[in-house]
Amino acid sequence: MSAQTSVNSPERSSGQAVDQRAKMLERAMSRHHYAGDALLEVLHTAQELYGYLSPGLLREIARKLRLPPSHVYGVATFYHFFTLQPRGEHTVMVCMGTACYVKGALGLLEVLERRCARAGSTSPDGKVSVGTARCVGACGLAPVIVWDGEILGRVTPQELNRRLDALAVAEVRDDG
Amino acid sequence: MTVEELYEMRDRERERLARLRERIYCCSAAGCLSCGSESVRRALAAEIEARGLKGQVEVCGSGCMGLCSRGPLVRTQSDGAIYAQLTPDEALWLLSEDPAERRRLEAKRLDLNDPFFTRQLKIVLANSGYIDPESVHDYVAMGGYQALAKVLTEMTPEEVIEEIKASGLRGRGGAGYPTGLKWELVRRQPGDIKYVICNADEGDPGAFMDRSVLEGDPHRVLEGMAIAAYAVGAQQGYIYVRGEYGLAIQRLQLAIRQAERERLLGNRIFETTFGFRVDLRIGAGAFVCGEETALIASIEGKRGTPRQRPPYPPERGLWGKPTLINNVETFANVPPIIMNGARWFASIGTETSKGTKVFALAGAVRNTGLVEVPMGTPLRTILFEIGGGVPEGRQFKAAQTGGPSGGCIPAELLDVPVDYESLAAIGSIMGSGGLIVLDDSSSMVDVARFFMEFCMDESCGKCIPCRAGTVQMHEILCRFSRREATRQDLELLEELCVLLKETSLCGLGQTAPNPVMSTLRYFRHEYEARLTDREGGAQ
Repeated sequence: MSAQTSVNSPERSSGQAVDQRAKMLERAMSRHHYAGDALLEVLHTAQELYGYLSPGLLREIARKLRLPPSHVYGVATFYHFFTLQPRGEHTVMVCMGTACYVKGALGLLEVLERRCARAGSTSPDGKVSVGTARCVGACGLAPVIVWDGEILGRVTPQELNRRLDALAVAEVRDDG
Repeated sequence: MTVEELYEMRDRERERLARLRERIYCCSAAGCLSCGSESVRRALAAEIEARGLKGQVEVCGSGCMGLCSRGPLVRTQSDGAIYAQLTPDEALWLLSEDPAERRRLEAKRLDLNDPFFTRQLKIVLANSGYIDPESVHDYVAMGGYQALAKVLTEMTPEEVIEEIKASGLRGRGGAGYPTGLKWELVRRQPGDIKYVICNADEGDPGAFMDRSVLEGDPHRVLEGMAIAAYAVGAQQGYIYVRGEYGLAIQRLQLAIRQAERERLLGNRIFETTFGFRVDLRIGAGAFVCGEETALIASIEGKRGTPRQRPPYPPERGLWGKPTLINNVETFANVPPIIMNGARWFASIGTETSKGTKVFALAGAVRNTGLVEVPMGTPLRTILFEIGGGVPEGRQFKAAQTGGPSGGCIPAELLDVPVDYESLAAIGSIMGSGGLIVLDDSSSMVDVARFFMEFCMDESCGKCIPCRAGTVQMHEILCRFSRREATRQDLELLEELCVLLKETSLCGLGQTAPNPVMSTLRYFRHEYEARLTDREGGAQ
């Protein structure tokens, strides 16, 4: 997803990029006239820009929108979409909708949890974040995974294993 | 834009399309996109450019063509054929003027006389697969925005409401409240500021009807909303769409921009005094936000928790103002009703349920995808004729409608006609239209546990019966899964069903026991077989 690309962007550590993101967030808030009821839109933008919502970011948003920090924290934690933890380089979501469930989504999740991390967390090497989704609406193609924002249909555990293998190979090459 | 200009635009676009030798539609709904329809489209576009066929042949994206399990789907305008599972190389054969080239694809051509196509009746999805959803011109060429023009120039708001009432249209979000009555309630409220909200927070796992409508025909929803706004006296509308539906969000944003540019939204639409704006609100992954008061709270930038009703949103909704909330499919039904008349619409369907219903067919069935059938069609027809039945080697066990709020329908009740009342009578609900087929490899206890886990995770935590009850029920169902449950657990489970149903604050908690109750009703033996203290059974 776009959130992912911003986290992965090579210039994330340079001061200039940080300024850019702060500026873009400021622009989003001003577009909504710093109205408190635009909180969800602002949080969406913030997560897109920064990849996740850090405590500092939440406090900053609360201050700018003149909302109690507890309210902002409450909203950010209520919705599944927002994450307060940094994400891994790749995000793999297993759709747990009914159709995917009856067609073997649990088997896929098992592979990911065994090889990478538990659902809702990131592998120790920071490579892969594993998540579950509430039906991405591609039920005709069940079981479905969302690999870095791309929907992949009729995934078998073998294919998922192959993809994870490929990821490891690429990593070794990068390191070398 | 004036009404005359709308007709001019329509005729201009129709003439342009008529001059083309061929127009190729590549399904660009989420299902086909993930099967590679974009590479088919790119290959065609590049080849058209290379061969200098511009002006003769055109390729464009389209909404869902229905048979998602055979994607990517490609439709050719000249002969109306649909091709399944095309590779980019094969698709290029469609560009040739030589019919022999095209005949090479015969094996991939879908039989349009198959019951999958002939048994359907498309009203909501009429344009899906027939227009480029990213072009307002295409929608206008199909007669789009004419209903809005008619309403604004020839009808009073009261006449519009009468028309919708006479059509018998009922809410497609699940509960089936008569749409015309709801509009009238909002209209009657005093005050100048009113809102129209389109509920596109399609949260049921296994349902993708609304997403397909938004992706395939976004202008239809905007037009339906504008007509509703005129009828109830609103100037501002919101579409609350799931954050997970990236493509639908993009298409809606584009459609709103286009409509504003053509002055089909904004001030003084069709040079009348009526003005209407639409803004998108992106959900953030909370199932409970499909409940109308929770949805309103979410648009207001708060946690999406429901509140006590009454007052209902038509009295006190968004920011305390009278608010009309309808589902995507409901709004999509409005323009055709205005154009073809209430009598036409009322002639389709059953005594109490008029029109058609879109279902998302998934699970253990051959043809998975999107289907639209007249109300009253027997479930058997949908599953076995249109759906093609359960794949070989497996037996049909149950059909699940209505997602976590619905129930499981066993084989012996398959002849039940699909309408609001009939489904409710057998312990399920119409719901928003998810229809999932379970075969004999599925355990009904596990299915019930799956839905209960869903409701437990999605409970907003505001009221105790739902917050604590779903946890307790899930716990008991887990004991059944592990074969550790006792007869006492079964009794407690049934007691909790009643408790949640009667004391929860909102629909989520009230309907959460439905999957359990319906599986207990039709598949009780599966629960009993897992009891540790069952009579005559091994310990």
